[in-house]
Amino acid sequence: MSNILNIARTELKRIFLSPLAWAVLAVVQFIMGFVFINLLVDYANNAGMQPDDTIGVSDYVAGSLYGFATILLLLVMPLMTMRVFAEERKGNTLVLLTSAPVSITEIVLGKFLGVLGFILAIVVLMAAMPLSLHWSTNLDWGRVAAGLLGLFLMMMTFASAGLFVSSLTREPTIAAVGSFGLLLVIWLLNILGYNDSIPFRDVFNYLSLIGHYDSLRRGIFNSADIVYYLLFSGLFLWLTVQRLDMERN
Amino acid sequence: MESEVLIEARALTRRYGPTLAVDGLHLTLRKGEILGLLGPNGAGKSTTMKMLTGNLAPSAGEVLIGGKSLREDAKAAKRALGYLPEQPPVYGELTVDEYLDYCASLHGIARKARPEAVASAKRDCGLTDVSRRLIGNLSKGYQQRVGLAQAIIHRPPVIILDEPTVGLDPIQIREIRSLIAALGRNHSVILSSHILPEIQAVCSRVMIINRGRAVYNEPVASAKSAGFGAIAAVFRQLPDARTLETLAGVRRVLALGEGRYRIEVEGNADPREAIAKTAVEGGWGLLELRAEAQTLEEIFVELTSRDAALAEAA
Repeated sequence: MSNILNIARTELKRIFLSPLAWAVLAVVQFIMGFVFINLLVDYANNAGMQPDDTIGVSDYVAGSLYGFATILLLLVMPLMTMRVFAEERKGNTLVLLTSAPVSITEIVLGKFLGVLGFILAIVVLMAAMPLSLHWSTNLDWGRVAAGLLGLFLMMMTFASAGLFVSSLTREPTIAAVGSFGLLLVIWLLNILGYNDSIPFRDVFNYLSLIGHYDSLRRGIFNSADIVYYLLFSGLFLWLTVQRLDMERN
Repeated sequence: MESEVLIEARALTRRYGPTLAVDGLHLTLRKGEILGLLGPNGAGKSTTMKMLTGNLAPSAGEVLIGGKSLREDAKAAKRALGYLPEQPPVYGELTVDEYLDYCASLHGIARKARPEAVASAKRDCGLTDVSRRLIGNLSKGYQQRVGLAQAIIHRPPVIILDEPTVGLDPIQIREIRSLIAALGRNHSVILSSHILPEIQAVCSRVMIINRGRAVYNEPVASAKSAGFGAIAAVFRQLPDARTLETLAGVRRVLALGEGRYRIEVEGNADPREAIAKTAVEGGWGLLELRAEAQTLEEIFVELTSRDAALAEAA
């Protein structure tokens, strides 16, 4: 356990020592702020238009803002995970970990935990926007929290898939393109679900990344969705361990 | 009494597809030894070292480190190891202190003991002055030292160094060599190189690997005192080479032209004194007289080229 934490700590430190992390945070925050203000102006203009005020500001924020965030993060997360193993392999630094008395599972979990630290930073930034409204309006915090939890879980799955693709190659850019492609395909699996002629369409629909986030975004906490994300991450982390173990053979 | 065996490799074999990189290699390292692995490029030195450090699984055979199998109890075995690969595995964006602290933690050194471990490793590798600098900004020689510090930070009984002096300037090479020699007093070291004088300077035992097989495995001292099989001599005028052959201990005299002769001796005989005496008495104008000791270089060339010649003939 202490090995995992040591690796995670150093991984997180190295993420924040690279200008990439700060650039990503800045760009994400700029775009999200832009969308956030747009949504607020939109909401203010339409206030009182609904017959019985069925849509509150929390719906706008947690619904639309976080819904948009997923697309942005789909583009950004592969950039954050691409270097994790690919760069280590390219710089021949992976040997440091593989010849130390730590298991491959500990290495993968440590790296994953480090990336989760970065994800937490994004979640905090995402929470800051609705928080700024706290003093001027009544927010449905439960709903915002569900949206944030959904974002966190979504990014966690992005990270685990990205880690796996990163373990396949020694070129960080290939890892980025590969994990983006992989995530997009899983994301879009539900297209198959719309087509009646495809067998097992319900399965495809269920496996798609979008559907499970939508309910959390609407504030519905369904443990099945949580389990889906955990299983998804677990699967890719396991694959990463297998891939790195194969390298010795 | 023989000292404790720290590394034992039994019938180590490694295939890359159809190519046989290492073929049934046996290797033992005892406490306090500095073993030099020598071989031409592509002989299987790095592959052997990767297998010894658990970075590559052998196709067949087994590695025991301190009696623990690298396959069955990898963690315990690796705890006794320090490894510096060909390229030092350093993170350019960390400072020397941060990096070494991380390495210490990976090797399970308790938080309280880490500053002391880092300080002593830096002292040993001459890094104290650059503690707070980013590794990426250091020169190649210093990065190599950081890599070396990483390998010794947990004071492992066995240190494995893959071409530790490659790419360094002559002064740095001397420094690293003396550092390795100093380490050899308290640790056991395996060192690979294709620089012969380096091996001769620091190692207590040499193993020559060629085509994945160990073709020579002797103490360095024995290569130095192996005696000699021939004498090289230069005379201004030698009336008849056969006169030399009458001397005791001389087996055969070969004329190499321009007054050069190669005098082969019998067994452990040393006819140099007699040759000098006869030459002076006969007024042959002796210009040079030298024993052709078999150096490590000659052994190396002989063992590695003979095999290549055989392969070509086949």
